[in-house]
Amino acid sequence: MIAIENVTKVYQMGEVEVHALRGMSLKIEQGEWVAIMGPSGSGKSTLMHIIGCLDIPTSGVYRLDGVEVGGMDENQLAAIRNQQIGFVFQTFNLLARTSALKQVMLPMQYTRDGQRIPLAERERRARESLEMVGLGDRMDHHPTELSGGQQQRVAIARALVNSPAIIMADEPTGNLDSRSGAEIMEILQRLHEERGITVVMVTHDEELGVQAERIVRLRDGLVVDEVR
Amino acid sequence: MIATIADLLENVRVALDGLLVNKMRSALTMLGIIIGVAAVIALLSVGEGAQASITDQINSVGTNLLFVSPGAASMGGVRGASGSATTLTYADAEAIADPRNVPDASVVAPQYGQSTQVIFGDTNINGSVTGVTAEYQEAFELEVASGSFIAEKDVDKRANVAVLGYQAAQDLFGGFDPIGQKIKVALSGENGGRVPLTVIGVLEEEGDSMMSSTDDAVFVPISTAQTKIFSGRNAQGELVVSQVSVVAVSDDQTAAVEDQINALLWSRHDLNPDEEADFSVMNQADMLEMASEITGIMTVFLGAIAGISLLVGGIGIMNIMLVSVTERTREIGIRKAVGARKADILTQFLMEAVVLSLLGGLLGILLGVGLAQLVSLTGLLESLVTLDSVLLAVGFSFAIGLFFGIYPANQAAGMNPIEALRYE
Repeated sequence: MIAIENVTKVYQMGEVEVHALRGMSLKIEQGEWVAIMGPSGSGKSTLMHIIGCLDIPTSGVYRLDGVEVGGMDENQLAAIRNQQIGFVFQTFNLLARTSALKQVMLPMQYTRDGQRIPLAERERRARESLEMVGLGDRMDHHPTELSGGQQQRVAIARALVNSPAIIMADEPTGNLDSRSGAEIMEILQRLHEERGITVVMVTHDEELGVQAERIVRLRDGLVVDEVR
Repeated sequence: MIATIADLLENVRVALDGLLVNKMRSALTMLGIIIGVAAVIALLSVGEGAQASITDQINSVGTNLLFVSPGAASMGGVRGASGSATTLTYADAEAIADPRNVPDASVVAPQYGQSTQVIFGDTNINGSVTGVTAEYQEAFELEVASGSFIAEKDVDKRANVAVLGYQAAQDLFGGFDPIGQKIKVALSGENGGRVPLTVIGVLEEEGDSMMSSTDDAVFVPISTAQTKIFSGRNAQGELVVSQVSVVAVSDDQTAAVEDQINALLWSRHDLNPDEEADFSVMNQADMLEMASEITGIMTVFLGAIAGISLLVGGIGIMNIMLVSVTERTREIGIRKAVGARKADILTQFLMEAVVLSLLGGLLGILLGVGLAQLVSLTGLLESLVTLDSVLLAVGFSFAIGLFFGIYPANQAAGMNPIEALRYE
């Protein structure tokens, strides 16, 4: 469960202090399918970074499954990102000149649950994950050899490979045509329904937002509206 | 960071993956290290080779050999041209040969000579005409190819006889037998007369050596050289010698013989303790030390020059790694987003630098050894690849990778993941 209480985030941009979040509170239950919406500058990205443990709040409390994240060091945050959170970005963020299979194996390279995952096991899991997004026949292809929709599916396979509890999707269809976008939404929907994964999607597209179970609207660093 | 062999292999694998993505750039970066290491190996090998061949040549003369020369040994053990001073007399040589004075000397061979013209028919050469006694043959272990060497009676009678070195015989007589033939040597001084000599022997070929070769020499009885060919007397009218070669009874006694000769000549020359000696005694150890000092300086010098090129190669690695880190900012962001820790990124980039430089180092060693072999094949210089120089090169290239890799790797590891992901 994601529990944010009175969280603020202040950036120093040269002389100016930017208040990206101004005392926001939000709860997302395990297995929810939430869309976070709002105009640019509303604090969506900052909220996403904090939920995704890429950043920590300036003040306030963020508990992930009851564990306070604010006091964690970089290594602990890295471990949470590795184990509990999968990221899907608007720009896919795949490694250049690297096969789909290796992209998906990447997170397991940094998994250290006592022992490293053996290479053969990494490969097995990566294949499984790629098959799950329908790319069983594209394992050896590099990003330049894949369509946008296929690249985003590789990114989803990568996000899934460590069986995270949460998928953070930041405008996942923003760079895709509507058909590919629909495919991606379908996959996210399926993950949510079949695996009970919490999906948190940031978007400004109303059509996408309504597909979620719940819409959280932000403005000026605060939650202004929640629609179930 | 690196706890087990498996971890190490994993890190090397990731580094190789990273380097293989940009093969051309990796190869060019490595080239700097390859050339640097090859230069270090090749130049050190030439230095070591020179040292070894000089040591060999000095050792081949024998370590129980001592040379007494007139004139003071100047600073650093370098003495003036032998024969230029007249402070060592024939009587000194006879005193050294007396077993009551120098009991541990087995052979004492005085010599007196200069370079002058040697003539046979219409052929003439510039030979080093050396007056010697019968002991000279024994001291330098000379082999006579035909005829005989200068004998004691020749010295006693101041006989007009000569023994030719191999090359001198070839130059003067070509193919045919010189024994019994008469040659002439030009007298020193202004009257310009010539002394006829009968050839009584020819020596075996000695081969080239850093030390003076006997192949070009013309040996005559020392008495003949002193009185008939040159004017071998000092201001007091005493007969002088240009060098006395002394063989100690054994290698262990060389130092004792040196002391005995020093004591003897010190008292014969009436020197006070605070005076500088007007003679010098050099042994093989002194010469070895001198030679290895010179070649040692040369080796260090060559190594330092090569080391600079290795350093330049290292700066090349740092340069490329910095470019690479900037270029791969997004990759770093992605890796951090999926759970890479600071240490993981640091290790990755450090490993890339170290793998580059070590791989370059290994290729450089192969190239350097090849170059050293090539130098040996030309016959101009000796070269000797030592384990030391190989280990030095490997260690140095590893250190360079580590040193020049740490700054870029640290830059990479310190990146903020959010900013890195936004980087275009």
